[in-house]
Amino acid sequence: MKISAIITLKKDVLDPQGKVIHQALDGMGFNNVSEVRQGKYFEIEVKENDPKKAKEVVESMCSKLLANLVIENYKIIETQ
Amino acid sequence: MKSSVITFPGSNCDRDMDVALKKFGFKNKMIWHNDNELPKSDLVVLPGGFSYGDYLRCGSMASKSKIMQSVINFAKSGGLVMGICNGFQILVETGLVPGALLRNRYLEFICKNVFVKLNNKDNSYFKNLDKNIFEFHIAHNEGNYFCTKDQLKEIEDNDQIAIFYCNDNGQINDKFNPNGSIKNIAGIFNKEKNVLGMMPHPERMIDQSLSGEDGSLFFKNLINNIK
Repeated sequence: MKISAIITLKKDVLDPQGKVIHQALDGMGFNNVSEVRQGKYFEIEVKENDPKKAKEVVESMCSKLLANLVIENYKIIETQ
Repeated sequence: MKSSVITFPGSNCDRDMDVALKKFGFKNKMIWHNDNELPKSDLVVLPGGFSYGDYLRCGSMASKSKIMQSVINFAKSGGLVMGICNGFQILVETGLVPGALLRNRYLEFICKNVFVKLNNKDNSYFKNLDKNIFEFHIAHNEGNYFCTKDQLKEIEDNDQIAIFYCNDNGQINDKFNPNGSIKNIAGIFNKEKNVLGMMPHPERMIDQSLSGEDGSLFFKNLINNIK
């Protein structure tokens, strides 16, 4: 089944890319934006039918490789 | 003295490091990332470059490659492990040294000479060096050192900061911080000071006619300290 993971930068971590995107949006006329933070999104097809088990596997992937817990948080979403 | 330089797919300073180590007397071996065992070594170097194309996060994939378990065991048993540039990024990803390396604050790739000031000489890398300020080269996109407040306190309490970015007089402030690193940190030790990660490249400063000699001072002193 397909499990998705979203990796975001922690609150205290500077996100220069997000800042530049924010400035670009501002320049395009999107003036009602207060902050932009850029993250990563993964779709992982796990050979597992039990959603609980599949989520556990992806959680382990996130904590061991996909996210660096010094600077990032992750959130897991079951999609199928 | 025996050294090993690990080559990952995408490493590009491995040969420069090999030249530098041999020039100052190390018997160096190049070790492929997919090998399981490290040869007997007095020093292991993780070189600069773009291992695994910097995919996911710089150094993240290399930190999981086969040879790294041996490198981690070697470091945990007290062996000297030095990571330069991408090697530093690999070290933080293994957790051997604390913190993380983020994109440079102004989002540009920085390639220039900088001055760094040694902070702690009570270790095999810097002890017996006569001077404290060195001119090294940096070339990176993700060298912006970050750690949490708690980590910073621990790092400072254990005297783990190895080098700071500074000017030629040793002044350390934001003006001489090329990439936004917390406290101008350019390099850091593990608690035991046998593992050193730093962004600057001493191996690019070993020839007076091409660059400068500060790297020569570093390597000459390093081999004498290890002997």
